[in-house]
Amino acid sequence: MPDSAIEFQGVWKRLGTKVVLRGVDLSVARGECLVVIGRSGSGKSVLLKHVVGLLQPDRGTVRVNGIDVASLDEGELLSIREQMGMLFQGGALFDSMAVGENVGLALREHTPLPERQIEEVVAEKLALVGLSGTEAQRPSSLSGGMKKRAALARALAMNPKIMLYDEPTTGLDPITADVINRLIRRLQDRLGITSIAVTHDMRSAYHIADRIAMLHEGRIHAVGTPDEIQQTRDPILRQFIEGSSEGPLLPT
Amino acid sequence: MIDPETADAEDAALAAAPWPKRFLFERLQNAGEVFLLTGSALREMPAGIRKMGLVVNQMAAIGLGSMPLTVIVALFTGAVAAVQAAYQMRDYVPMIYLGTVIGKSVVIELGPVLTALVVGGRVSAAIAAELGSMRVTEQIDAMETLGISPIRYLVVPRLVASIVMLPVLTIFADILAIAGGYLVAVLTLDVSGHTFTSGLKLYFKIQDVFSGLLKAFFFGAIIATMGCYYGLRTEGGAEAVGDSTTRAVVASCLLILIVDYLLASFLFRVLFA
Ligand SMILES: Nc1ncnc2c1ncn2[C@@H]1O[C@H](COP(=O)(O)OP(=O)(O)O)[C@@H](O)[C@H]1O
Ligand SMILES: [Mg+2]
Repeated sequence: MPDSAIEFQGVWKRLGTKVVLRGVDLSVARGECLVVIGRSGSGKSVLLKHVVGLLQPDRGTVRVNGIDVASLDEGELLSIREQMGMLFQGGALFDSMAVGENVGLALREHTPLPERQIEEVVAEKLALVGLSGTEAQRPSSLSGGMKKRAALARALAMNPKIMLYDEPTTGLDPITADVINRLIRRLQDRLGITSIAVTHDMRSAYHIADRIAMLHEGRIHAVGTPDEIQQTRDPILRQFIEGSSEGPLLPT
Repeated sequence: MIDPETADAEDAALAAAPWPKRFLFERLQNAGEVFLLTGSALREMPAGIRKMGLVVNQMAAIGLGSMPLTVIVALFTGAVAAVQAAYQMRDYVPMIYLGTVIGKSVVIELGPVLTALVVGGRVSAAIAAELGSMRVTEQIDAMETLGISPIRYLVVPRLVASIVMLPVLTIFADILAIAGGYLVAVLTLDVSGHTFTSGLKLYFKIQDVFSGLLKAFFFGAIIATMGCYYGLRTEGGAEAVGDSTTRAVVASCLLILIVDYLLASFLFRVLFA
């Protein structure tokens, strides 16, 4: 097995008329939590979608466990996706299903588990995110933070080895955000999950990251441990982590 | 594969091209993508049909949901057909042929086409709006990430339900339109019930009914395919969903009329010529 669980090599991606990624090189070690920071619209979500094969690079490769994701056929993609969980920015819960059905969907479709056991797993995952007893609720009746947590439970249902978090704490109150941060860290420490989390919440980044990478103008501008990042002299990175409107980065 | 550096130049060249070329290019691109979507839907058809619950839900939404609309459209279509046919036939054609004219025009053309146009407007818009909002809220992406095929779960049930329900709705529409014509003829046109029904039976051919239902089958496929295609290719936010909905309705109505002509040519100039 190769050392890096996820590896981007010279990835270019153009969407519509905009070249979003311009040669991204990045690797995530097995069991590591890498946090990608960057401004809104810098392509963080686009970067994540390449890992699960929702987008394919125009140039370059994305490897998961050494396998080029873009080269996989449908069946192979399915089996690699079963080992990954993704938390989408807005949760992306299926409106037409209750919370419990959302969480149990992949289990019902991909495992031969009997209904009773599926219900147990669903209850366990909902308890993990602090949403016990919400099985029968409709996603539309949940608050933004609850939606995100239910979506996290759904992403964890199949016990993935790789987790991708798209802005896990954006839009949450600080206390709920802390619950999520701790949960991400705990999954990391106890289960050795490899993860990429995308965020512009620096508090969350310092809390969960083993390493932090900044995506800027389509490339990885800097990578380092949270300490290294905090002590950086790089003006762009400095401005971003301090959240200052004065510096080389202009308001969009 | 797109080369990010030359793609810009290619785009600019296309954008600068005169509109007939651009229009043709875009329609060809649509056609190609619809072709691919249809191909994957056919491949996923056996697996998708096994999701009986999803298919039945869609049948209820498409079939039962469109019933009130179909009833009203059919009754008035028949009624109008009776009034206007009687006006055109007056002084030239014996009224015994009123039932014949109405029966044939309803079964071959008016029943299937008008049903498809009104149901198509409603259903392709609903499908495009639903799938479009699933697309922009990343639910489609989430499905794929969970290893669940949106084609199998979303497209196939809608396609199957629409293909089955359009002929069913058309049969209802045929019966009601003829009933509407009958009522108007008997109550307001001084044509006896017996005259009307004799005319109806006079040149009745089962192949006419078959032709109408074959049309309805294709119209059902068009309606669901356009709704799914424009829904799934939605890009952007909520306003993009509205845009997809409009495109789906326009495309399905146009295709219904074009395919109606093609099928008519095939059925009445080749198959039953
Ligand atoms: N499907 C798409 N078509 C066209 N442009 C897109 C698409 N998806 C994303 N983009 C553009 O790519 C850029 C990066 O988007 P995204 O990855 O969502 O940013 P963020 O870093 O905020 O997550 C944005 O400018 C966005 O408008
Ligand atoms: Mg994003």
